[in-house]
Amino acid sequence: MTLQADLAAGLAAKQSSVADYAGRILQPLFLPLAAVVAGMIVFSGFLLLVGKSPIDFYMIVYKAGFGTSFSWANTLARAAPLLLAALCVALPARLGLVVIGGEGAIVLGGVAAGTVGMMVPGLPGVLGILAMAIAASVTGAIWIGGIGALRHYRGVNETISSLLLAYIAIALMNHLVEGPLRDPASLNKPSTVPLPEAYRIGEIPGIGVHWGLAVGIVACILCWVLIERTTWGFAARIVGGNIRAAQVQGLPAGLLMIGFTALGGVFAGLAGMFEVAAVHGSANASLAAGYGYTGILIAFLARHNGLAVIPAAILFAGFEASSGLVQRRLGLPDATIVVFEGMIFIAILLSDALQDKIDFRTLFRIRGRS
Amino acid sequence: MTDIGYWGVPLAILGGAIRVSTPFIFVSIGECITERSGRINLGLEGTLVFGAMSGYAVAYHTDSAWAGTLAAAFAGLLFGLLHGWICKFPKVNDIAIGIALMIFGSGLAFFFGKPYVQPVAPDLPAIPLGFWSDIPQLQAALNVNVLFLVGIALAFAASWMLKNTRIGLTIRVAGDSADAARALGIDVNRVRLWSTGVGGALAGIGGAYLSLYYPGSWNEGISSGQGLMAVALVIFARWSPVNCLYASLLFGGAGALGPALQSVGISQGYYLFYAAPYVLTLGLLVATSSAGGSATRAITAAPGELSITK
Repeated sequence: MTLQADLAAGLAAKQSSVADYAGRILQPLFLPLAAVVAGMIVFSGFLLLVGKSPIDFYMIVYKAGFGTSFSWANTLARAAPLLLAALCVALPARLGLVVIGGEGAIVLGGVAAGTVGMMVPGLPGVLGILAMAIAASVTGAIWIGGIGALRHYRGVNETISSLLLAYIAIALMNHLVEGPLRDPASLNKPSTVPLPEAYRIGEIPGIGVHWGLAVGIVACILCWVLIERTTWGFAARIVGGNIRAAQVQGLPAGLLMIGFTALGGVFAGLAGMFEVAAVHGSANASLAAGYGYTGILIAFLARHNGLAVIPAAILFAGFEASSGLVQRRLGLPDATIVVFEGMIFIAILLSDALQDKIDFRTLFRIRGRS
Repeated sequence: MTDIGYWGVPLAILGGAIRVSTPFIFVSIGECITERSGRINLGLEGTLVFGAMSGYAVAYHTDSAWAGTLAAAFAGLLFGLLHGWICKFPKVNDIAIGIALMIFGSGLAFFFGKPYVQPVAPDLPAIPLGFWSDIPQLQAALNVNVLFLVGIALAFAASWMLKNTRIGLTIRVAGDSADAARALGIDVNRVRLWSTGVGGALAGIGGAYLSLYYPGSWNEGISSGQGLMAVALVIFARWSPVNCLYASLLFGGAGALGPALQSVGISQGYYLFYAAPYVLTLGLLVATSSAGGSATRAITAAPGELSITK
């Protein structure tokens, strides 16, 4: 073999390994991004049909969601509960469970936090916040973990039971907030007694967003480590792949199901706690703001990967932050963003059909080497 | 008004069972046909809301409640076909598509329904079957809408169709074993496409009933999960349209409990009574799902291809 041929072969091998590496990173990103773009294109057609300019729409979304430091602060504040709500979908999904009732745990977690603030108002700030966090986590864990338990012990479909429980949770919150827990001073909007000043959660210095964002991002990273880098996560992924095989291997499928749903519930409960302690100041009907439902979309867009949840949540938080400006500037109804998100969601799910069919790596490879 | 005291409660529940159950009947029979073909459409909640909006809008413009109902059925058909079409692709999860269509359908309904919150559309006609009584509450309870009677007939017709006709057998084979169906030369995807389409059309009619008869107006809070409860109800009814009818009546009665108690002056815990249908659905689901856990055999009588019971 001549030196020249040797060099050429080495160069080709090196190029292909770089391409493989880039491909490995980009491959999982390609389809979800393409799906978002496809959803945006279809929505542009919809806007044209109703006589509005898609260019104006996307300009406004960009400006209101990501254009200025003020809009970034607004977007990130919305992203905080969405990160946690998405984890409530993503964690059970890795076991093959489609839990869509995170809204229920958010609402009840918020009520639990508000109740702690009402019952034990005298603690020092840090302890008070800790007590609220524990109350919200436990409430969320029981609420969503119960769905996993029902699934495991009774074979109750978790999708339906979780959504039913979300309706029940909202009714329970309305009952508690308008009855036993109502602050007599809250006339127009029944609420719990406002939290003591020491229990309020402040902003992360410098960016004007409350600490819920940091907790959400840390939670996403921890979930990624749990799923991808620990034995429990590995076991959970096996259960999600084939539950019978997992049981044959002696994996505790039921325990994993209950544990992962409960952990998802902890995060959703914390989302409710931050809404109460950092945003509203007391528990009231504003807790049912639909974060739990947007969390479903985010988790599916992120393919239930904790790290991918972070950019996905920020993207959707930006979309939702722009809703008000879209209504005012374009004269469109408030449901516009819901239609937009619905189209993106359908595109994301349709892109599943193309998995394994489009290999991003082939786009990078040298012609003739397939 | 004759004072009949607490007798008003069972009467109001009876009336409620008749009034509130109709959308449940239509949605659950539709979902029943879809699930018998081997797919689950969770998006019927969105279809119901869109049916309510489109039915109301068309009834308002044409001044005919029946034209509205027809339009709602057509809109529902389109949503069903969209679900059926997307699900034919490999690796696409029918439950997830249902969730997406739930969000999309409600979003579209709210988007186009904004101008119709104020105007008044004509109502669907009702038959006063309580004419023989002097008690106004009984007359009110027996004021039966035509769609309720259609729903009863439909339940028996659908059961008969599934059991005794070639179409019914085709649907059942596709739902029980896709391989067997293919061996018989049945195009499984096409059967499921149209079964989902018919299910969507029926859900659309259920939505039209909501906006054109009871409660009888269009607003964004018109459906409170009826579409979803109907899906749960099909499991409880063991995939039989006639059982769906009975279960719907039960749910209608549960849904009427809160307002009925309120009408006799019991307003304590109103929100908890409001949650009664959800609690009942969940309770029945827990009671009737197969004991023994996640990886054991499917519920008896469940279509073999159904992802929800696998």
